[in-house]
Amino acid sequence: MIPELGQFALVLALILALAQGVLPIVGAWRGNAALVATARPTAAGQAVFVFAAMAILIYAFLSYDFSVAYVADNSNLALPWYYRVTAVWGAHEGSMLLWVFILNVWSLALAAFSRHLPDVFVARVLGVLGLIGVGFLAFILFTSNPFLRELPMPADGGDLNPVLQDPGMTFHPPVLYMGYVGFSVAFAFSIAALLGGGMEQAWVRWARPWTNVAWAFLTLGIVAGSWWAYAELGWGGWWFWDPVENASFMPWLVGVALIHAQAVTEKRGSLPAWTVLLSLFAFSLSLLGTFLVRSGVLTSVHAFASDPRRGLYILGFLIIVIGGSLLLYAIRAPKVATGKPFAAMSRETGIMIANLLFTTAAAMVLLGTLFPLIGDALNLGRVSVGPPYFGFLFVLLMAPAVLLLPFGPYLRWGRAEGRQLTAMALRAGVAAIVCAIAAAFFAQGHLRAIAGVAGAVWVGAGTLAYVVKRWREMPRGRRFPAEMGGMLIAHAGVAIFLIGVMLSESLSVERDVRLAPGEVASVGGYDFRFDGVEETEGPNWRADEGIVTILRNGKTVGTMHPQKRTYSRGQVQTESAIDAGLFRDIYVALGEPMDANDVSGAWAVRLYHKPFVRWIWLGGLFMMAGGFLAACERRFRAKKIAAEAAAAKPASPALKAGESPA
Amino acid sequence: MRPFLVWLALCLLPLLAFAQAIQPLPFRDRAEEVRFQKLSAELRCPMCQNETLADSNAPIAHDLRRQVFEMIQAGKSDDEIKTYLVDRYSQFVLYKPPVEPSTWLLWFGPAVLLAAGAIVVAIQVRRRARQASASTPANDTEDDW
Amino acid sequence: MSRLLPLFAFLLLVGLFGFGIWWNTQHDQHEIVSPLIDKPAPAFSLPVLGEPARVVDKASLLGKPYFLNVFASWCIECVHEHPMLMTDVKQLGLPIVGFNYKDDPQAATAWLEEHGNPFDVIVADRDGRTGIDFGVYAAPETFLVDAKGVIRYKRIGPITPEVLEKEIRPALAALAKETP
Repeated sequence: MIPELGQFALVLALILALAQGVLPIVGAWRGNAALVATARPTAAGQAVFVFAAMAILIYAFLSYDFSVAYVADNSNLALPWYYRVTAVWGAHEGSMLLWVFILNVWSLALAAFSRHLPDVFVARVLGVLGLIGVGFLAFILFTSNPFLRELPMPADGGDLNPVLQDPGMTFHPPVLYMGYVGFSVAFAFSIAALLGGGMEQAWVRWARPWTNVAWAFLTLGIVAGSWWAYAELGWGGWWFWDPVENASFMPWLVGVALIHAQAVTEKRGSLPAWTVLLSLFAFSLSLLGTFLVRSGVLTSVHAFASDPRRGLYILGFLIIVIGGSLLLYAIRAPKVATGKPFAAMSRETGIMIANLLFTTAAAMVLLGTLFPLIGDALNLGRVSVGPPYFGFLFVLLMAPAVLLLPFGPYLRWGRAEGRQLTAMALRAGVAAIVCAIAAAFFAQGHLRAIAGVAGAVWVGAGTLAYVVKRWREMPRGRRFPAEMGGMLIAHAGVAIFLIGVMLSESLSVERDVRLAPGEVASVGGYDFRFDGVEETEGPNWRADEGIVTILRNGKTVGTMHPQKRTYSRGQVQTESAIDAGLFRDIYVALGEPMDANDVSGAWAVRLYHKPFVRWIWLGGLFMMAGGFLAACERRFRAKKIAAEAAAAKPASPALKAGESPA
Repeated sequence: MRPFLVWLALCLLPLLAFAQAIQPLPFRDRAEEVRFQKLSAELRCPMCQNETLADSNAPIAHDLRRQVFEMIQAGKSDDEIKTYLVDRYSQFVLYKPPVEPSTWLLWFGPAVLLAAGAIVVAIQVRRRARQASASTPANDTEDDW
Repeated sequence: MSRLLPLFAFLLLVGLFGFGIWWNTQHDQHEIVSPLIDKPAPAFSLPVLGEPARVVDKASLLGKPYFLNVFASWCIECVHEHPMLMTDVKQLGLPIVGFNYKDDPQAATAWLEEHGNPFDVIVADRDGRTGIDFGVYAAPETFLVDAKGVIRYKRIGPITPEVLEKEIRPALAALAKETP
């Protein structure tokens, strides 16, 4: 009975989404205030029913309702409750429901926090979000219904893949979707601006906080996925350029370009068409990612079971949404270059160059991801494209961006002051060279490590130099507006990330060894003593747990417990042991006993020493924090439009004495 | 559909069937071990196709790692080892696609795109700069933030 | 005009994806096309299953086309394929050489007793080295080798009635046309 209610809720949600998608946009077009006013109520209504459907599905999992086919396929009686909730989005149908759920979270937030925007504009934005919802809800109801029954009801269910039974799976998809789906807001803003035809500069200011928050969530989602892959999925790999990883990375790269382009358009009025196009690209890549994962067009470890019917449906949806938006862009985007002029050396130019690099990087990732498919289409034979391609070209494209980065805050709008730039470059350059030389001694000549240190210090010192400059020059309370603070923290994050990547990639040590109880192996300055294996068990698994004692200079530093788990359905899973540290990770994975019949004898063990690997995710977290902080900028939260217009006049009461207009 | 499920079962749910990716081998020295690790990380497992040869649990990966090891010990170069595998398993096993006419689009496409974009940016900047020099270079906000 | 560029690029992408979906319905995406088609089969010399003293090599099989079927007792799909081998494939009239891949001889013999033995001769590759030379990476796989020892066709996965009609029979017909 209850699952049917869930299905019914989705039907109602679809109807409301249809209303939300059509009525306000028609109202805005016709100048009909009543229709325009339906935007917020219909959005709220759709949200209520989608939330209800999600709650019902979660309830079905928690109550072991195996009469629902999706629940039976993805959970069983032995699965702990927290993984039963996780299983809700563990497979295709549920993850689509999660998509729509998150879309509604964003729509609701937009409906609530947009009181200061013109109603007609908000109507168009919510209308676009409604239409997107229609597409996904229809897809769910017609091809991917999670509430379908399986009769006769099985006594026990299948299982959630043990690889997914991890906090990472609980956390990573919802956060990632917050980012992915969040770009729909920037997309909707752009469409609304194109539809409105006025292309007022102000719309970019309204869009900026939403875009920054979405990008920050996407950053967090990617960091979470990377950390999870490293900790759980095996062998210490934190990024593999797998098609689905790329599917989340491409919107991220375009998102970086978008955030910066929005700054240019908001403050100087330039490049409005490019900013619109980027926001269309960002969300298009999000949708593309959804397509790639579910259509079966590419092999990927993440891919859901492929189904040509679903693939065709999503492709049709892509044609309507992306094709439609690009057509609208072609027709309605501003054709005349507007905005304040700028010199060749200026922040505008700097941002344009950075945009070029990031957009090309996104295109490169797309090309590499799709090339096997292109190879099939052009009969070029089966080509594999992997980390040697992506990693190589990505570094080539990002190197100029890293060189440019510390100049960013120093470049003035319109025309940069050469003096300041050279002063900063000198300081940061010297610091970088000094540290690089120091690194050369410690890193035994590993070029990548040296380059990483040099690049990171270049960025870090340059950013720090600007922090010091602001501190000295500006009075208290005006030193670091939220937007600038966010920028500085995010750029610092880049420096931290560089250290993490370059040092861990070049200085990591890995060894596969055969150890009998009592034997010792050395890796990275640590000694690993294997002390045999014990049996342990968990809620739905039993394991052989190895005991590995870590020694340094003869003193015991810790004990690690890698496991080889056998789950209730017979699947075997390696649970690696990680000793995490700020400056290094030690990672131990248990292989198999050298003699399959003697678990008390010698085992094959893999040992890793990974310096600075945590800095990779720390850098990402800094970038995320920067994104969230920048979104808090007071300027973005102007109370009413009237006050904004007044603020443009110098004698406005909204400005405090001494403040200049932003 | 069923063959797909077999792939899925074998490659997503590591079975303790034959061997694990952890395979201690008697390397002569550290340099040889590092070379083996780098090489097997560049090769693709024919069975578990989303894993490198270094990480895959598949039986064929175990055999191919042994093969790579033996060839390293026999003094073969990386290229010779790759050619050996490509002769038997096709280009598929190379995660680094060779640079040849069929892959020019892949390797040089991004450079071409970058160049085209750079030209567009240069034209735009030149146009704006001309405007800027024409009008007063007003950096109209004293707080340039 | 340049404003239409993104739309055109996207439509190109749509074409590619549409192709991809269609291609997937015709092919198994995981299948690696063998580079050994129309190339000589690798030279090999393997003991016979159960009779280690007796050896079969490539030369001894020349003169007549034959099927080489890779199988093992641990291979689940082989069980599904086996009835086809016992009946339809056998009726084609060509010798079928069994290639026992990475298997325990006793388990293999027991498996054959349970499921039937369609093979004219069975060679055992216990450690998989010869399998590597043939580009084998899974079981079951089936090769069609012609009279001169050239591999003419390879099937990765079980032989189904559809595969028999659409691929194997035409391959045999092509072979028949060549021999005078």
